[in-house]
Amino acid sequence: MNILVCIKEIQNPELPSELFRVDEVKKQLIFFPNASLVTSPFDAQAIEAALRIRDSMSDTKITLITLGPSGSQAALKRGLAMGADAGILVSDSHAQSSGPFETVRKLCHAIRDAGDFDLIITGRQAADFDAGIVGCGMAEVLGIPVLAFARSVRVANGRVVVERVLDDGFETVETPTPCLVTVSNELGEPRKASLRLTMQAAKKPIVTVKAIEVDETQGRRTRERLFIPSRNSDCEMFSQSTPGDIAREVTASLAAMRMI
Amino acid sequence: MSSADDVLVIAESGADAPTGMTLELLGLGRRLADAVSGSVSAIALTSAASELAPRLIAAGADRVMTFEAGRDTDAYPPELWLEVIGESLRSHASAFILMGHTALGAELGPRLAFRTNAAIATSCEIVEMAEGQLVATRPCFGNKAREVLTLHTRPSIVTVRARTHEPLVEDATRKGEITVGALPAKALQTRTRVVQRTPDDIVSGIRLENARIVVAGGRGLGGAEGFEVLEKFAEALGGAVGASRVACDLGWAPHSRQIGMSGKTVTPDLYVAVGISGASHHMAGCGRAKAILAINSDAQAAIFKEAHFGIVGDYRQIVPALIEEIVRQRATLTA
Repeated sequence: MNILVCIKEIQNPELPSELFRVDEVKKQLIFFPNASLVTSPFDAQAIEAALRIRDSMSDTKITLITLGPSGSQAALKRGLAMGADAGILVSDSHAQSSGPFETVRKLCHAIRDAGDFDLIITGRQAADFDAGIVGCGMAEVLGIPVLAFARSVRVANGRVVVERVLDDGFETVETPTPCLVTVSNELGEPRKASLRLTMQAAKKPIVTVKAIEVDETQGRRTRERLFIPSRNSDCEMFSQSTPGDIAREVTASLAAMRMI
Repeated sequence: MSSADDVLVIAESGADAPTGMTLELLGLGRRLADAVSGSVSAIALTSAASELAPRLIAAGADRVMTFEAGRDTDAYPPELWLEVIGESLRSHASAFILMGHTALGAELGPRLAFRTNAAIATSCEIVEMAEGQLVATRPCFGNKAREVLTLHTRPSIVTVRARTHEPLVEDATRKGEITVGALPAKALQTRTRVVQRTPDDIVSGIRLENARIVVAGGRGLGGAEGFEVLEKFAEALGGAVGASRVACDLGWAPHSRQIGMSGKTVTPDLYVAVGISGASHHMAGCGRAKAILAINSDAQAAIFKEAHFGIVGDYRQIVPALIEEIVRQRATLTA
């Protein structure tokens, strides 16, 4: 089975709020100088989902693809060190300002050029803009089925079987290949790179292809603003002497606000 | 009725009644349509059109298109809806399409956008009309920032977060047009099939995303038994129980209860954070609650910077006292 996993490198989303900055004029993130760049967490879980399939089906090749500025191979290398087999960097000097419509077109063009894949896996959303558009959009452009929010992915009798997280439970769905799956956090922890795999990863191939230019009139939207909302810093503390007194005061306050 | 400024609402329903999300969308759709002297259409898949359609009209729709959907189909809902909406748009060109950011809408929205070359904004909390275009405000960067997007295409699509908009007061005297149709045969032949549906085993029966009150626990609970205390607390409050990532990773609570950047996002009226430090990862999932009550033994915990009410102390003493007080107040009210 030929699996492609789409990944994105982003500023570490665990950066404390106090250090998080945006440029309101350019309407983009200001990268914190010392913050680490990481593979978006759901994308790391997408790699994990692919590795689990390979654990049970030895004849499986896992290729990673990312859109980023030229030379940005770190996310690919981390994924190769987790156990993926090959990487593709779609090099794009406009990667940071690439909206979902452009990103989908650029990735799909590169994917068609890269060969035939039975299964494409992405995270359910990137942990920067949290939009969740690119994965489902790619499936639509490639004309293949998509199964969003997978908590498990397996292959049985040539079909992809996914347990999909719903608002009130989950459902098991299956579809023929080729198809695209987006994974949700319920999938569980991605594995860590081992020293042996990290050393092997250095020898694994990474190819760089140039992103195509895309027509920006389709799906046209404008970011009018990007801003950090003001934070509540006004916490009313209850410090009565006994738990019973605290409970009475808190309950009265909440009742006054019709919260309870 | 001109379709030039029609707002189309994807009306999800459960047990033949519109979901709360659908009622919110109809209220929002009504306000948007009124701003451009347009109309509100709703599409529903239902086996009980005669009950559902009038409620959608009472809640704000001018026109309801229902498609007869049996309960026993194994067709995959997002693909099924995609065909039905495509069919509808061919006969009636809606300009603005609203759906919930649900398991359905979060997949359907982007697919529909790419199928129709429409601009889309997902998981929006404010949607307005400006100069005939939708302007959507949405949280991003794990709720640390907001972006405001103008959508320039027709149609344009937004998926809307639950509990961000007020439904209208339902008015049974409102008039509207109802059409009842059969599902196009093609729509039922989805490539993806549903093998099995398994509802959550949530004891209280209240879904986390819909709960008015959420009681969540973190590492400070000290163990799985802490969640038994929180279950009782949630029951007294009529709320649902959530958990931090750490609590889920430690196995104290199932991952389906996880709130935060890599879990669920909730927007209750009241969020009670018990033994939760308040890392940005967690606040991404609950920071938009109307009020936050933090209970933590560490007075320096970051959660107190985000909370509206704070109690420093041992939850093992505080929570039982709160339960007792709430039960006592209820008894007084009902007496």
